Amino acid sequence: MSNVPVNNSRRRFLTAATAVVGGAGVVGAAVPFIASWNPSARAKAAGAPVEVNVGKIQPGQLIRAEWRGKPVYVVRRTEKTVSDLAKHDDQLRDPNSEKAQQPEYATNPYRSIKPEFLVALGVCTHLGCAPTHHGGDFEEFVEGVPNGFYCPCHGSKFDMAGRVFQGVPAPLNLVVPEHSFTGNDTLLIGVSPDVNKGAA
Amino acid sequence: MLMKVFTDFMGWIDQRLPVTDAWNKHIAQYPAPKNFNFWYIFGSLAMLVLVNQIFTGIWLTMNYEPSGEGAFASIEYIMRDVDFGWLLRYMHSTGASAFFIVVYLHMVRGLMYGSYQKPRELLWIFGMLIFLVLMAEAFMGYLLPWGNMSYWGAQVIISIFGLVPIIGDDLTLWIRGDYVISGATLNRFFALHVIALPLVLVILVFLHILALHEVGSNNPEGIDIKKPKGSMKPEEISKFTFHKQYSDKYDIVDAVPFHPYYTVKDIMFVVGFLFLFCWVMFFAPEGGGYFMEAPNFTPANGLKTPEHIAPVWYFGPFYTILRVIPNAMLGAIGMFSAIIVLFLLPWFDRGTVKSVRYRSKWHLINLIQFSICFVVLGALGTMPATPTANLIGAIASFGYFGFFVALWFYSKNENTKPMPERIAD
Repeated sequence: MSNVPVNNSRRRFLTAATAVVGGAGVVGAAVPFIASWNPSARAKAAGAPVEVNVGKIQPGQLIRAEWRGKPVYVVRRTEKTVSDLAKHDDQLRDPNSEKAQQPEYATNPYRSIKPEFLVALGVCTHLGCAPTHHGGDFEEFVEGVPNGFYCPCHGSKFDMAGRVFQGVPAPLNLVVPEHSFTGNDTLLIGVSPDVNKGAA
Repeated sequence: MLMKVFTDFMGWIDQRLPVTDAWNKHIAQYPAPKNFNFWYIFGSLAMLVLVNQIFTGIWLTMNYEPSGEGAFASIEYIMRDVDFGWLLRYMHSTGASAFFIVVYLHMVRGLMYGSYQKPRELLWIFGMLIFLVLMAEAFMGYLLPWGNMSYWGAQVIISIFGLVPIIGDDLTLWIRGDYVISGATLNRFFALHVIALPLVLVILVFLHILALHEVGSNNPEGIDIKKPKGSMKPEEISKFTFHKQYSDKYDIVDAVPFHPYYTVKDIMFVVGFLFLFCWVMFFAPEGGGYFMEAPNFTPANGLKTPEHIAPVWYFGPFYTILRVIPNAMLGAIGMFSAIIVLFLLPWFDRGTVKSVRYRSKWHLINLIQFSICFVVLGALGTMPATPTANLIGAIASFGYFGFFVALWFYSKNENTKPMPERIAD
């Protein structure tokens, strides 16, 4: 054993410095392990934006697109449907889309970029079932509202802007995904207009 | 305040599980000889590599697909599409070779300083079992990428089992689970590689360390630091506090507690080791074609043998012994004997002086020739079997086995140097 007196402050400094450097090493080594859980390039490619040609959709018609494994409803609303949207605000939970269920550019009375086209995830905000579109026969669910969505699982109801009615299990409006129009008739689901401006 | 919370918490734990006691017994108050040198870092490094293999291995299984149809593609997927997948795989593949480098050096240390001698025979045997399981683990792991070298390497090794008399053919069929190496073989190798063998390995490492701490660490001098109780004057006994399990039974001299003395030393060498490891991993992950062989970058093809079949470098010595014996059966026996004699080393050595420092010149020469033969056998194992190579291989094989035979003869009445009582300062 050496007879040199113990220098405690130097010892503490060295211990702390070693612990800090070692800790940094562990954090660094953890990076690949944590990062590898992110979606892989393949998963990202599979989750890439989806292009939909909306030119052939008839007024009042709904088509389904698939984006990241989820159904996306694209509806061409008639002018009457659009103007009717304002008539039942008092029966809705969140008529002004205050909850962040849509991008900022879709936070408007139509919950869309163009009033004509509704783009929403066909996933009920209650427990994830796919609501069915009722064009013309929605009155059996809500009096005075001819068009809407009805979820067969637990009876949640949404209007043609995907806004949820009061008194149903679903708490929130349907999610409007990021979307943008690259041409007059080409809808791109998964990309916001701003981001897309440079590319298009 | 914080310290008190910690003390209270540890008190609560210690009444229910002897954590502090175990920490002291095995780390903070474990008496380690004060003269450990460079050769004593490889046990710690082997543990480090084992941890690396376990973590990267778990992460690789998250994206690997153990099937004949999907395995090769899933490796490409890991390398190209998974974030940092290439790094996790290179950590694992570099770790495999690093494991053997470290373990071979660990064994050289044991040979030099007689760490296998009485009373450390069981410790040595646990170590050899670890080595054996490690070889099985590496062999099965090498099949998983399902490259063409994976396939044909496995073909060669499994065929060796076909040499067993009478049941040979049935045995190989049973190992493969098919008439050729196929997805069935791949799947069972996968199960053994990721679950069964690692479990066995971890248990063996645990037993290896327990056995080590029971008999105590050897050292470069081969002088025991545990003297009979009462045989030492009080001023000669080490001033450090050691766990009562050791200090009640013995007078401990010339020792330091494992922590902090050797933990600090090991950290130093771990840093150096990691520099080397990272250099290989980032700049030469294929290890010049020795860590990852070129034919393995094409998928397994049961109809086309690679031009030059060579095992991964760490099997080289044993593969050469198999190859130089011109009879298939005897070759296989030779190969397995090369491992069995290692197991029996504590009984081949009939000497009582441990360290090469105090043994005869013959022992030093014997150790050197053994090491050279081992390296030569390893190098030959990666080369084509030309007549010249086979001749050199035969000589080296002779040297390999000769080490044990010669040791058995000269160790009985060896002309050793006088052993000091104590480790010098």
